[in-house]
Amino acid sequence: MSDIKGTETKSTIQDNEEKRVGVFVCECGVNIGGVVNTKAVAEYIGTLPGVKVTSVNKFTCSDSGQADIQSKIKEHNLNRVVVAACSPKTHEPTFRACIEQMGLNQYFLEFVNIRDHCSWIHMWEKEKATEKAKDLIRMGVERAKLLEPLQASEVPVTDKALVVGAGVAGMQAALDLADMGFQVYLVEKEPSIGGRMARFDKVFPTNDCSICILGPKMVEVARNKNIKIMSYSEVKAVDGYVGNFNVKVEHKPRYLDVTKCTGCAKCSEVCPVEVPYDFNEGFGTRKAIYVPFPQAVPLRAVLDKENCISCKACAKACQSGAINYDMQASYTDLNVGVIIGAVGFKTYDPEPRHDFGYGLYDNIITAMEFERLLNAAGPTGGHVVRPSDCKEPIRVGFVNCVGSRDKATNIYCSGVCCMYTIKNAQLLKEKRPETDHTIMYMDIRTTFRGYEESYNRSRNLGVKFLRGRPVEVKEDPVTKNIKVRVEDTLAGEIRNLEFDLLVLATGIVPNEGIGQIQQLLKLSKAADGLLMEAHPKLKPVDTTIDGVFLAGCASGPKDIPYAVSQGSACASRATILLKNKKAITEGITAVVNPDVCVGCQVCISMCPFQAIKLDEQAGKANVVKALCKGCGTCVTACPTGALEQSHFKNKQILAQVKNVFKFQEVAA
Amino acid sequence: MSSEAVTAQPAPKGNGWEPKIVAFCCNWCSYGGADSAGMGRFQQPASARIIRVMCSGRIDPLHVFNAFLEGADAVLVTGCHIGDCHYVNGNDKTKIKYKYIENVARELGLEKERLQLNWISASEGEKFANFIRDVTEQIKKIGPSPLKPEGVA
Repeated sequence: MSDIKGTETKSTIQDNEEKRVGVFVCECGVNIGGVVNTKAVAEYIGTLPGVKVTSVNKFTCSDSGQADIQSKIKEHNLNRVVVAACSPKTHEPTFRACIEQMGLNQYFLEFVNIRDHCSWIHMWEKEKATEKAKDLIRMGVERAKLLEPLQASEVPVTDKALVVGAGVAGMQAALDLADMGFQVYLVEKEPSIGGRMARFDKVFPTNDCSICILGPKMVEVARNKNIKIMSYSEVKAVDGYVGNFNVKVEHKPRYLDVTKCTGCAKCSEVCPVEVPYDFNEGFGTRKAIYVPFPQAVPLRAVLDKENCISCKACAKACQSGAINYDMQASYTDLNVGVIIGAVGFKTYDPEPRHDFGYGLYDNIITAMEFERLLNAAGPTGGHVVRPSDCKEPIRVGFVNCVGSRDKATNIYCSGVCCMYTIKNAQLLKEKRPETDHTIMYMDIRTTFRGYEESYNRSRNLGVKFLRGRPVEVKEDPVTKNIKVRVEDTLAGEIRNLEFDLLVLATGIVPNEGIGQIQQLLKLSKAADGLLMEAHPKLKPVDTTIDGVFLAGCASGPKDIPYAVSQGSACASRATILLKNKKAITEGITAVVNPDVCVGCQVCISMCPFQAIKLDEQAGKANVVKALCKGCGTCVTACPTGALEQSHFKNKQILAQVKNVFKFQEVAA
Repeated sequence: MSSEAVTAQPAPKGNGWEPKIVAFCCNWCSYGGADSAGMGRFQQPASARIIRVMCSGRIDPLHVFNAFLEGADAVLVTGCHIGDCHYVNGNDKTKIKYKYIENVARELGLEKERLQLNWISASEGEKFANFIRDVTEQIKKIGPSPLKPEGVA
């Protein structure tokens, strides 16, 4: 790690210099100013020793607000700046840059949160909020006086990228990065790339054939010299930091040599074992050795060892001798600069709760199952039939919002179900005009370009829309038809309807990959089980971990154009690091005072990053700055007080603690 | 977000005395949870003063007991959910350390309500607000801390 260098600091301020603090109170329009009496707060803070100037701004983050800070730094020769505004998570970098421009070390900024932690949560208690703001800022001022200059480190960035998940979002990210000239590793846990989109029949609103537009993209990915596809592989471990991630990828055994396999599927022909075909949502069967689907990339077979009976028929049939029953998992270690997580989603499973009778009655299927039945390459060659008797249904009912917008399952709207239901009804109506379709919905949401037009087209085709949620779903024991009792809430009538087939529009839910990548990369998961972005509006594909980006449904339900845009967005964000070949890391680390350290090594066992090493000669602990992430756990464990965490030194934290109640000067 | 119930009407007036609670929050989860409480406008008593550290593993008994000695009616130790720590397992260490802090607090005669540990993710704004509200209610029932110096509100 010797190639890490500190950036040049412009600061010349010594610690023993008199502390001259400027306090800038933001009103955030009325967000703070409407609750907290900012004038009174500023007046009080102005009486604290060391505070040379206070200022109240409508928007401190605006140009004029920042100019005010800069001019007051100059005018009053300030050497510490306190900004009392929103959350440091949003604007700390803004103000650090602002004071650095004036020659102050960026760590001389103290950020006090009087919006999210005060005015927004005490909207009806203006006086108490004002008192609390005074306390919080006083705590900040006393901490600010003890802040010490730090240097951010510059780390080199390996100009390679890892993309986890080869659905349409991941493929787009990989293609964009590869086209910009960077080496990309594309890891996919399934035997073929393509993701969920490969299973769709046609895609809304234009109803173009899904695999016809996705297939060429999959081939493009495979052909691209800069992309290394690792299919049937999973990321097992990640360590390191922005620019230098070390990733362990496991290649699950396919039990055949992919360099010899030609994808001819002779092995499948002779295999005697048949299991439900997962690609067709369990409709029809596949063999124990199989090619995932005709357009699979890579077009190679895979042996499902769980169901294999070791009859060795496939080995005899394989003309290239590719089969190897003793194959073991193998591993690859990668070093990459950035990681893009595009781990996708799964559809809500109505089976365990038997939502709307699913799993109880044969003729209730999910939209994904309907999608496969519609597909010309599907189990029925594109004939939609009902499971009970394989007859083509005439009356088809669709139930929207299954596993979405429901407090019992997921409260969020999955965003795509209205549109795919409209599309599915259209497709069957076009194929077989004699069919009759009823969509039972709560609200129809057609937000993007061409969506409302598609909805109108359905209506013109004669698809019926009924606003209401079925309250009772039963099966006729003789005909196996589905009887639905539903309130038409627009007409205010109870309707008893009978369908030959009922299709449930199941929503988007987090898959297992989300949990895995969250643990591996230490990402935040929201209450809905989906991953959190760094900022929901302004940093929609960034995460709180530098160098890690998210695309597609892992961070919330998305349709295809949105997922593709996010893939491109990730590539663009990642390129900033890859092209600059360097990243700036936080200056906050643990620091050892060798005069006090006794070399007990307690800290070494505390550090999960192996950032503390024992200097054998001196018998003292030594912090490797590039590896230290600055959590400070070792500091608390140190029995002698030899370790300190820069920017969160004990005296700095205690200065806040002591000033919660009243003003107390804390010795430097 | 089900914030309507909380934001729709002003909080009921209390009996006047507002406890002062020092809440140590980790940068990645519980501090974010407090931010989310703000973004969701989850109203809560103005009793808590948040001190941010990078990881709950940094919260030292020194910080906790100094807070009590200065006059805190309660001290909250908060961090990421177990398994979600931004620094792999800092919160596991917090959990172990917390037992010792708790023992010392008992020795000092502090009631169990005065020292509490909670894991709150960055998205759990409502949980954060409810936590502050619950602790504040509990402390209002048992009154000011026995360690509170004279003259401190």
